[in-house]
Formats: sequence, C-alpha cells, structure tokens
Amino acid sequence: MGLKSSLHNFREKNKDKKWLPAFSAIHTFLFLPNETTHNGTHIKAADDLKRTMNIVIMAMIPCLLFGMVNAGYQHHLAFGEIQQATGGFLSSDFWTLDNFTVGFWKVIPLVVVSYGVGLAIEILFAMKNKHEVEEGYLVTGMLVPLIVPIDTPLWMLAVAVAFGVVIGKEVFGGTGMNILNPALTIRAFLFFAYPTWMSGDKVWVYGAKARDEAIAVAKEAGTSLEGLDAISGETILGSLAQNKGVLGHDVMDMFYGIIPGSVGETSTLLILLAGLFLIFTKIGSWRIMLSSVIGALAMGLIFNAVVSSGLISESSKFYGLMNTEFWHHLLIGGFAFGTVFMATDPVTASQTNKGKWIYGFLVGFISIMIRVFNPAYPEGVMLAILLMNVFAPTIDHYVVQGNVKKRMKRLKVKTA
Amino acid sequence: MGLLSKKDAALIKDPLADNNPITIQVLGICSALAITAELEASIVMSISVLFVLGVGNVVISLMRNIIPSKIRIIVQLIVVATLVIIVDLVLKAFAYELSKTLSVFVGLIITNCIIMGRFEAFALGNGPWKSFLDGIGNSLGYAVILIIVGFFRELLGSGTLLGIPVLGDPIEKTGLYALGYENNGFMLLSPMALIVVGIIIWIQRTRNKDLVED
Repeated sequence: MGLKSSLHNFREKNKDKKWLPAFSAIHTFLFLPNETTHNGTHIKAADDLKRTMNIVIMAMIPCLLFGMVNAGYQHHLAFGEIQQATGGFLSSDFWTLDNFTVGFWKVIPLVVVSYGVGLAIEILFAMKNKHEVEEGYLVTGMLVPLIVPIDTPLWMLAVAVAFGVVIGKEVFGGTGMNILNPALTIRAFLFFAYPTWMSGDKVWVYGAKARDEAIAVAKEAGTSLEGLDAISGETILGSLAQNKGVLGHDVMDMFYGIIPGSVGETSTLLILLAGLFLIFTKIGSWRIMLSSVIGALAMGLIFNAVVSSGLISESSKFYGLMNTEFWHHLLIGGFAFGTVFMATDPVTASQTNKGKWIYGFLVGFISIMIRVFNPAYPEGVMLAILLMNVFAPTIDHYVVQGNVKKRMKRLKVKTA
Repeated sequence: MGLLSKKDAALIKDPLADNNPITIQVLGICSALAITAELEASIVMSISVLFVLGVGNVVISLMRNIIPSKIRIIVQLIVVATLVIIVDLVLKAFAYELSKTLSVFVGLIITNCIIMGRFEAFALGNGPWKSFLDGIGNSLGYAVILIIVGFFRELLGSGTLLGIPVLGDPIEKTGLYALGYENNGFMLLSPMALIVVGIIIWIQRTRNKDLVED
C-alpha cells in the first residue's frame, strides 16, 4: 500500500473528527484527493486552481532568487566590502555565493513568517467553516516577502499578514471572494501602520538601520565614529521624488534590477520574462499587462510634455519625477512587478475583456499619477491597483450592460 | 421589580447590545470614525451626545402634541442646535484643549443621525419619561462603541490610554518598546476606525445569529 492510499484511508477513517479539515488541508497540498465528481456536468481541464497557483509561483522563483542575491550585494556594497559590479546582468561580481548566502538568510525568514502566519489563519478559518483549505494563499504568501523592504521586522510582517488575510480575504468569504488583492492589502497595512519601516533611505539595504543605531550609540557614548559612516540606501524612486536624480544608476542597472528596492521587485528583466511566461501559459492576462504599460506611458508622456512646455519650474517638488523620461517609469519602483503579478490577479481584476483594457489602462495611468503627485508615497502602483480593485466590478457591470444594450438593438433591427 | 419596569428597562438595555445605534442601526458612524483616535475625546463626545439626546428627547416629547408635522424637522433642528451650542460653550469654557481636538465635530452633533432618528422614531410618539430613558439608552449604546473603538485606537496607535503611556516610552525605548514594538500609525487614521467598528459588528453577529440579515 503506497503512501497516497494510506493517507487517503486515514482520512476516510477519521471522517467526522473536528481536526480533519486541518489534515486534509495539508493532505491536498501534496496530493490530489482520491475523489471524483459524482453528478452534474463535467468539464475536463488540466489547470485547476492549484496548478494555476503553482505556475505563478514558478514565475516568481527567479525574482525571489535574484532578490536574495541583490539583498546580499546591496548590503556588501553599502558597507564598502565590495566594488560596484560591472559587466551587466551576469556579472560575476554580482552573482557570488557570499551575496546569495547573506540575502538567503535575510529573505527566508520573511518567506517562512508569511507562509506560517497566513496558512495558520487559513487553516483556522477552514476548520471553523468546515471546508478545505483553499490554495489561494500559496501565491499571496510568496508575493508578500517579495514586496516588502528587506529589513522589515518579522513581527510587523506577522501582524500585517494576519490583518491582510482576515480583513482582506476571510471576512469576504475566502479565496475567490475577496475584493482587494490580499498581498497588497498586507503591504498597504504595513505602509500606513509603520511608515518609518516602509519608506525612507534606511530600510532598503540590510544593515542600514542597524548602522544608524550604532552611530547614535557611539555619539551618545562619545566614542570614535571611525568606520561608522551612515549608509544611504535610497531607492531611485525615493531619490527622484526629492529632486535628487537617479543616484548614478544607469538605465541598464534599473533594467537588470541591481538597485536598492523591495526584495523581489527590482529586476525588470526577470519580471518581463515572468510576464511572458504567464502570458504564454495563459495564466496572466496580456490585456491587463499591455494596457497597464500603455497607461503608464501615456501618463509619463503627459508629464514630460508638461515639463517641456515649461509649465513647471525646476524648483517644483514634482519636477524630479515629471522630468523622468516616460519609459523609465516602467523600470523604476514596483510598477513592473505590480503590473505582472498583482494587477492580473484573476479574482480582483476585471473579468470582461473590454473591462480588462479599461482596468489595466487606469492602473498604469493612476500609478504614475500618484507617483508624481504624492512624493510622500512615491510607490503609486500599490495604491493604484487597490483603487482599481474596488472599481473592477463597476467596470464589468457597465461593460456587460453595454453589451446587452447593443444586442437588444440588433434584435430590434432584425425584428423590425 | 427594581427602579424601572421591564418595558422601561428594555429602553435602556436594548440599544446597548441587540439594537445598538452604531452596529445595528448603523447611525452616527461619521463621528465614531472621526474622533475616536483618543479615548478622552471619545468619552467627552459620548457625554455630549448623552446630554443632547437625553434632554432633547424630553423637550421634543413635551412638545410633541403642539408641533405641526409639516415643520417638525425644523423644530427638531432648533432644539438640537440650542443644546449643541450649550455643550460647545461649556467645553470651550472648561476644557478648551479638548474642544479644539473635537473641533467641528461638537457642532456636527446636530447632524448626528442618531439624534434626529430618535426624535423622529421615538420622542414624537411617547411620553417624556420614556423618551428620556430612550435617549439615555441610545446614547449609552453609542458611548459603548465609541469607548471600545477609542480604547483600541489609542492603545495600539499611540501606546497611551487617556494620555497616560501604558506600554512604555517610545523614545526612551522602555517597556514594550525595548523589545522592538512600535506604535501602529494606521490605527490613528479613520479607515482603521471603520475596520474596528466592522470587527465589533462581526463579533456581535457571530454571537447572536438573529441579527444576521439574509
């Protein structure tokens, strides 16, 4: 008797135990249940929810690995232990085992906390409501560590995950019923609850905050400050929002992602590949991705036009980001990551094809608008997607109604 | 039999739980969101509403037979406005700092739906004693929610209760802060008040299934 059938028998034997949903939750993560549908219409398709989720996770793995190496690299670079990597994306100065190890030990705890807390709550609710644990959290749990700063304290992440899963998802009825993207709900919670840990120039590089505290301690004790230079790990977006330019990063750095930022969102190259992979496997909607890029470019062009027509002076606080070349907006900040992995969330996005175009366009358009006009919150893509999540059902409603009207008209013409 | 007959007691008790003006009737939400960032403001707001609704209900009830129904809203507004101005002036005279915190929301008691709602639904059709009890009951129901929300928002948002630090000093890093705890800034923003009220509603309806609408 194999493992699969013995597990199944175990489940049959304990059918009416209270803890069974918790067991079957873990069981179905590993195996397909030995059950078949008994009645009703059968639709055969290879991609059930779990496979869909797995493909999205596969698309995220490169970003995660890159994020680990980049975390280590930024750490070592900021502490003056290594030189700036040269030689493009595959630079051997970048992909070192040391960089990976440092990053690995910083990122893995984030992943563990995210999955641990999130799944615990999912299992709790599944036991209470007597259904099986849905796979919805698989993707959210992986997204969360990728979109937070590397130095996020683990307890804050735990609180935010608990909040996001309960208020963002479970109160609406669990996977598939949520209005807002849970991963973004979690990030938004962190962002508004603990702003000092989510923005500024100290949180994006592992160790910068600790170094600041060391300096403060040394100053208080009156000891020598030698070897204790303050570390500035500003993101390009944060720096542009303060009219301070791109900090010497060239466009290729931005494209490759060898820049400070949240763990997994820096590498536009890998996100682009992941996006193509998702489109190829028909998991992610190309309409949303494309229209979102168009929306961002349109807004970027408008801002560029404002600058070139001289409507805004160089001393204006919006100048730095408005003057950014319109297509650079796609490379900096979390725009690419949000567009590929979060705006396309099938639950919270628009469902109709026409709706997807409108939804995606507005996500891109509003992202760049928030980015420029709200220097305190330079990352606009999070707020833009959350806002459009709220409007997605409305968009769908009008698209469907429009279609109904059109067909009614056609019907009338025919009968007349 | 105590001080009140069963029916009278119900006038006080019902709004505290199963007919709460905020969580069940969903009235008076605006002020519950706006001024509950501090516990002290919540308490003062509760007392102000208690006064306005208690006295207002009695006044309206006494006049109920002489108010022409076409202009009853205007009469009600005048009564509330008078009472609110009294509250506002008292606060300005004796608790100036607090009245600045509450700012426009004292004046906005006039538009608090609970007050007009009780005038319309109860005081216009019942005697003064009953109306008084109804006013007290409903404003206590309002107060309970305000104080619960204010308690959690101030505790988690600023680490204080009634302005007294209870979790340690965030700057000197004592108490909980020494362990790396930080105040939750989100708690001080109004959306979080809505979520806290939502959680109260959730708990209440889980305990009493009769309250769940289909």
